[in-house]
Amino acid sequence: MKKLIATAVMLAACATAPFAMAGDKVRIATEGAYAPFNMMDNQGNLIGFDVEIAEALCAEMKADCEIVAQDWDGIIPGLRARKYDAIIASMSITDERLRVVDFSEKYYANVLAFVAPKGTAFETTKAALKGKTIGAQRATISGQYLEDNFGDIVNVKLYDTQDNAYLDLASGRLDGIMSDKFPAYDWLRTADGEGFEFKGEDFDINDEIAIAVRKGDKLAGKFSEAIKAIRANGKYAEINAKYFPFDIY
Amino acid sequence: MSWEWSVIWEYFPKLLDGAWLTLELVAISGILGLVIAVPMALMRASDNMAIKALPYAYIFFFRGTPLLVQIFLIYYGASQFDAVKASALWPILREPYWCAIIAFSLNTAAYGAEMIRGAIQAVPKGEIEAAMALGMSKFQTIKRIILRRAAGIVLPGYSNEVLLMLKSSALASTITLLDLTGMARTIIARTYTPLEMFFAAGMVYLAMAAVLILCFRLLERRLNKYQFAKRPI
Repeated sequence: MKKLIATAVMLAACATAPFAMAGDKVRIATEGAYAPFNMMDNQGNLIGFDVEIAEALCAEMKADCEIVAQDWDGIIPGLRARKYDAIIASMSITDERLRVVDFSEKYYANVLAFVAPKGTAFETTKAALKGKTIGAQRATISGQYLEDNFGDIVNVKLYDTQDNAYLDLASGRLDGIMSDKFPAYDWLRTADGEGFEFKGEDFDINDEIAIAVRKGDKLAGKFSEAIKAIRANGKYAEINAKYFPFDIY
Repeated sequence: MSWEWSVIWEYFPKLLDGAWLTLELVAISGILGLVIAVPMALMRASDNMAIKALPYAYIFFFRGTPLLVQIFLIYYGASQFDAVKASALWPILREPYWCAIIAFSLNTAAYGAEMIRGAIQAVPKGEIEAAMALGMSKFQTIKRIILRRAAGIVLPGYSNEVLLMLKSSALASTITLLDLTGMARTIIARTYTPLEMFFAAGMVYLAMAAVLILCFRLLERRLNKYQFAKRPI
């Protein structure tokens, strides 16, 4: 009997567990550790470009939304387990992810760029970069792009975290780093990044950042339409301007 | 799950490049570490508080903090100071290779010193008294009797330390060095085959360890010949 009660209690608990509700309630996950796209303020509230875009999209869709924080490692498994219905966390569309989730249209495009000390001659041509020491984060798109395209002429250094690459750039061990442009833009505006700047042209590698939903979920289409709508009505530009003085779409 | 042998073969030469760097780091730091450890151990074995204090503090610090922290302090920490960057040491401290060697040497020297100290104190008193009775000077006694006997005593324990260092050297990958582990991780970031690559790297570590174990075995036969002599009964 005891077992039966326990089972019943568990079933009841499951029924009321924070599963996505039917209707217009949409639960959205973000990471909260990728400034300035998604991060926590001092009170632990989620803020950032992704969060504001999520709110604008919800307003556009007239949906009742809730935004939750979720660690990066478990963010796709959580989506598939119905803990939430969408991921708006600066996620790139990749072939691996397309096998398990669907994506909306992009809501911004990631580009790569070189960062080097202000005032140094740093041309981003292969000839000019010959023999230079360039850093990047391991297992990122920028690290791979650097190895694939400049690996034969520059000395590539790979770091476990972006912060360690910044440290070595500041210490002078690196002539420059290659990084996702927008987070680097944010770092350049901090005290640590003061003495550095972007060099040369951006590298557009067709890396699209989009909203992930469960396979076959119609939400993807709704989000895509909402993205188009906020692009058209100026809401997107308004949020964009708060973070970057250039259009990141 | 699929297992791809072909990835291992394709990248094996690169892993061997990494293994070579690992061996270099371990060999150089091992020798430097021993050079530091012996005088530290002799000082540590002294009865004089003033002589004992420095090695005591040194051993306490390097045994009491994680190797990863020591590497980071030397590599990222030192470079924060402009005085270091302006100094004559910067060409050395600039290179992750030398930072790794400094960290590994200092770390292994601390463990080594403590082991050698124990071995020195384990040299039978009678042998030292005999040396003195024969008229050997203090220096001669240390050189001919104490260190010679201590070497035989410390050897089995010391081989442990060298093997541990072989494996700890994987931490060099955290300061951008492409040692065996660093190389494996870099390959994995591209091929998404962590199981195969770590398996292959593990096998290479095992092979290197086997060679080291054999070397120590041979050395032990030489230094502790008396233990391998045929027993009379």
